[in-house]
Amino acid sequence: MTHIKVNVDGTSYEDDVEPRLLLVHYLRDRLGLTGTPIGCDTSNCGACTVDLDGATVKSCSVLAVQADGSAVTTVQGLAKDGEWTGLQRAFHEQHGLQCGYCTPGMIMAARDLLRENPQPTAEEVRGALEGNLCRCTGYQNIVRAVLAAAGRQDGPADASRTAGAGGAQVTEEVGA
Amino acid sequence: MIPPAFEYARPETVEEAVRLLGEAGEEAKVLAGGQSLLPLLRLRLAFPELVVDVGRIPGLRGVREDGGTLVIGALTTHHDVIHDPLVRRHAGLLAEATATVADPAVRHRGTLGGSLAHADPAGDLAAIVLALDGELVAAGPGGRRTVPAREFFVDYLQTSLSPDELLVEVRLPKADGWGFAYEKFHRVAQSWAIVGVAALVRREDGHIAEARVGLTNMGATPLRAAAAEAALAGADGPDAVARAARSAAEGTRPGRDASAAPDYRTHLARVLTERAVLTAAGMG
Amino acid sequence: MTDRAVASGTGREVGRSRLRKEDARLVTGQTTWTDNIQVAGLLHLAVLRSPMAHARVTRVDVAPALERPGVLAAFSGADLAEGLGSLPCAWPVTEDIVLPDHPPIAVEEVRYAGDPVAVVVARDRYAAADALEAIDVDYEPLPPVLDLEEALAEGAPLVHSDKGTNRCYTWPLATGESFAAVRERAEVTVRRRYHQQRLIPNAMEPRAVVVTPLAASGEYTVYSATQIPHILRIMLATVTGIPEHKLRVVAPDVGGGFGSKLQVYGEEVLALAVARRLGRPVKWTESRSEGCLATHHGRGMIQDIEVAATREGRLLGLKVDLLADMGAYLMLVTPGIPILGAFMYPAIYKMDSYEFNCTGVFTTRTPTDAYRGAGRPEATFAIERIMDELAAELDLDPVELRRRNWIRHEEFPYTTIAGLTYDSGDYEAATAKALALFDYDGLRAEQRERAGRGDPVRLGIGVSTFTEMCGLAPSRVLRDLRYGAGGWEAASIRMLPTGKVEVVTGTSPHGQGHETCWSQIAADVLGVPFEDVEVLHGDTRSSPQGMDTYGSRSLAVGGEAVHRAATTVVDKARKVAAHLLEASEQDLEFREGVFSVKGSPEARRSIQEIAFEAFTNHDLPDGVEPSINAEHVVDPENFSFPHGTHLCAVEVDTETGLTRIRSYVCVDDVGHVVNPMIVEGQVHGGLAQGIAQALYEEAVYDDEGNLVSGSMAEYLVPSAADLPEFVTDRTETPASSNALGVKGVGEAGTIASTPAVVNAVVDALRPLGVHDVRMPCTPERVWRAVREATA
Repeated sequence: MTHIKVNVDGTSYEDDVEPRLLLVHYLRDRLGLTGTPIGCDTSNCGACTVDLDGATVKSCSVLAVQADGSAVTTVQGLAKDGEWTGLQRAFHEQHGLQCGYCTPGMIMAARDLLRENPQPTAEEVRGALEGNLCRCTGYQNIVRAVLAAAGRQDGPADASRTAGAGGAQVTEEVGA
Repeated sequence: MIPPAFEYARPETVEEAVRLLGEAGEEAKVLAGGQSLLPLLRLRLAFPELVVDVGRIPGLRGVREDGGTLVIGALTTHHDVIHDPLVRRHAGLLAEATATVADPAVRHRGTLGGSLAHADPAGDLAAIVLALDGELVAAGPGGRRTVPAREFFVDYLQTSLSPDELLVEVRLPKADGWGFAYEKFHRVAQSWAIVGVAALVRREDGHIAEARVGLTNMGATPLRAAAAEAALAGADGPDAVARAARSAAEGTRPGRDASAAPDYRTHLARVLTERAVLTAAGMG
Repeated sequence: MTDRAVASGTGREVGRSRLRKEDARLVTGQTTWTDNIQVAGLLHLAVLRSPMAHARVTRVDVAPALERPGVLAAFSGADLAEGLGSLPCAWPVTEDIVLPDHPPIAVEEVRYAGDPVAVVVARDRYAAADALEAIDVDYEPLPPVLDLEEALAEGAPLVHSDKGTNRCYTWPLATGESFAAVRERAEVTVRRRYHQQRLIPNAMEPRAVVVTPLAASGEYTVYSATQIPHILRIMLATVTGIPEHKLRVVAPDVGGGFGSKLQVYGEEVLALAVARRLGRPVKWTESRSEGCLATHHGRGMIQDIEVAATREGRLLGLKVDLLADMGAYLMLVTPGIPILGAFMYPAIYKMDSYEFNCTGVFTTRTPTDAYRGAGRPEATFAIERIMDELAAELDLDPVELRRRNWIRHEEFPYTTIAGLTYDSGDYEAATAKALALFDYDGLRAEQRERAGRGDPVRLGIGVSTFTEMCGLAPSRVLRDLRYGAGGWEAASIRMLPTGKVEVVTGTSPHGQGHETCWSQIAADVLGVPFEDVEVLHGDTRSSPQGMDTYGSRSLAVGGEAVHRAATTVVDKARKVAAHLLEASEQDLEFREGVFSVKGSPEARRSIQEIAFEAFTNHDLPDGVEPSINAEHVVDPENFSFPHGTHLCAVEVDTETGLTRIRSYVCVDDVGHVVNPMIVEGQVHGGLAQGIAQALYEEAVYDDEGNLVSGSMAEYLVPSAADLPEFVTDRTETPASSNALGVKGVGEAGTIASTPAVVNAVVDALRPLGVHDVRMPCTPERVWRAVREATA
């Protein structure tokens, strides 16, 4: 067992873990942070993408012990005080998800892109998402969502939707 | 999906790492960024007794100049290589090819040294370092030794590193003034190269004075297309380049796998060599 | 919208791109995927699988696994077999079909690489994975059976030796004149063989099962990543002997299915059996590589197809001979998949003769079953490919050839040669719109120009004018096809006393957005706010009756059930309103959720108020129930027939063989649309999967029967970087088989796109002498095709 200290979504954790424990299993099985799913075993699908010290990683491809001393942000740590980030709103508004299994990874990968390239072209968005597979959307609305989120990064925050229970506040229409 | 159990050590110096590796011998695996090792562990294709995590050893990350040579720490991530101004200025080919490796998240973790030490002939970077006439610096119990890239890649997934050696640096002669291109041919964005061709071209008076061509996935190791390089010297236009490129696969032994048969790889090597050289020479 | 679609409502909701109710939990990571479920004392099940395609299992020793730390139990197939029945096949397509026994875990013989042979149960997934390696199994190799034609030959090794044959069934259909007769008078015939490669569905969420037993009462809750909680419950009861009323099946958030979760899997049975035996909760989650072996595959057919036509390009007849790869066993609807396609080969065309013959063949590979489109993509591919070949033979533009043969708008309803009655369609309108969006003439001009100057990058244009049958299904038709159940769907509406609404549906969404769309339908009919509606699904306790989600059926059948149940709610509320407003029912108007008395608009009650009144009222007249809840089971009278015209332009690099999609235009007619945003999304996703079959994906087996493309590293699911931007549009010809006028959209994109892309690839290469490229059209295959044609 190896002792690790990790900050995940703003909370500090200390644990003894087997060295072989994958970060994604640490998040899901030990911390109960199941917002980060697992979609493959070959690093291809990107569903488990999280942010590790300011850069995306595939959490199936990092040992928990490698994250010792680090800060991890998962999709569950994005919304602040119940208010969604621009990307979360954009994925919702542009119908950038269907089953939603790839969505946490997609949002984390897109967030990483916009940090480095705040105004990407559609082609750059597609390139940046090359490591994240989606089986439902054909990607078109995911690309739209990322472009939409980029377009309003400096714009006024749209506070009309919050991460309330069951999406009860979700009342608007596309284009409304 | 679940790695087998192993012991874990996280040395803080190169010396300590070398000592741990020496003690464990063949049973140890080096963990740098983990982007090659973890997939092997997850699929239980490797069963190391000890994993030596060198990821936090100071001094092995970053790029510096040493006269006419660019020195890249083995732990420098793909992401950092792509964005490093020195690499972009003096070894643009490496930056260009590294940008084609896997995907952004993998490039955040994966390292240049790890990729080279893994020595997968389908990996993009070995052919690049070969084409750049790079050298690799290994630290061992007896100190450091420098190995030319041509001697580093021994066989499929095998390098000339001994079990108690750690790759610490990659040294690349500055390729200032050389045109370059990497033609990676693959079926989907994140799949491995079926064939990749790296070209470096130095032009004089409108013709190619010197060309170097590195081949990805045309045999058990990365290769240089020596015959094509020789034929390219003096080429003065697209037709001459096309003629020279026909010898690009000479001396190669491309394998057969699910993604291609040898004759197709041979054909691709010729086509891609022509294209890479034309681009590198500004003749495309 | 037509009057019918909004007959009882206001039309405020249906037809609007409502953002999805489902999204809130999905974009914030607050989902309940099956693998997320944690309960006290949960044990992890892991499955040891055969590494060989075909072998006799001579010894299974699980004892060493029990020595491993954290291991509670380990079972061989023999240990578990007792008390477990065969996995079900609900679609024995012929009377004399060969139906082999399919134990949930192999006992004496393994018949595909991946067949389960033993299980371990441990305190966590790591311990379980380790313990698998300790199990000792001896195999005696048997010859693999891999080639469909060789498998049928005399003396071929047998997948099921007790059956004496690898032929599972032969299913013929012949209508109209004999094909021999029309061939006789035909001026042109074209005959081709097409290969439908096996595909691995690869829903993003791997399969998972959690079983929680309540030992005291003998009750079990089964959570499963399934498309079919209702069917699964019945089948689990049958296979395990646990009484149905003691089983609750829940499909929590399910991350895609595409047919692969339309199944009753061995692991679902095994998890339940082990939980029963140990009296402890058990979880099994597949890894992706495991899923590539153990989750059913799709497609897998050899198609011999021949058309006969006149010199002017009028189709006379069509003959199709299929060999369909069943894989090692018959799963839930395995044999029926090619039969679903049988009716679709004539597609949108008129002809005098149709002969179809399908032979199902056992092989030592993972069983096949439904994958997005299920039989219809295969049919559409073959007919649309050969239409292009016929056009080339006749030197006709492929669109013009289709125009000369398709059913004209004024001819609907039209009974096809295959016996289906297409109720509506407008192929002219969809095609005209698609051609304009695509700039067909401009691209043809560019194609000629490029070919003329010998550009090594050729432009190719592919067309696919498709239709499909969905809205599965009229029960009477299913009876004739020997399907094991009806095709109805159930819905009920609970008007809660405070005026809120619960819609209970028998459909089981896994990405389709039923929560949103059913809310739109109910809100319209009832005249209540969209936000006041909650949709309950996927739990046999809250939604006890259903036929679940597959085959593009949910809206046309399940949505229709919601619509009818809501209409009944309004009818019942009208009686209560008449009482409260002291008026006759005939004098009441219902608009925007409010009953009012004609001529005295101040006398009014909203339906939400009436829900409360029904709950509290003490003096309802005799015969008026104190409830306005309603339920409805819909059995559709006909299939629905979406159609569309898809156009694809590709650039094919003849030097490397690489194909790049330059543009893709599709105009689909899925009838009326409840939510255009969701419909567009369904089309996008369908296109991606259809294009993936054309260019990227294939389950490849080696000569020993090992799956070579057994992970996402080898099986190439395309990413955003590999797919183009799509141009989508619609025409709207309402279906007549349901009041909403809807047809279904889940599979349209997949069915139509594969032939459009391959037609484009072949079109690019036809001047070089290429007539076909086998799917997926990999660069190597394209290169070889060009090389052989130009040699």
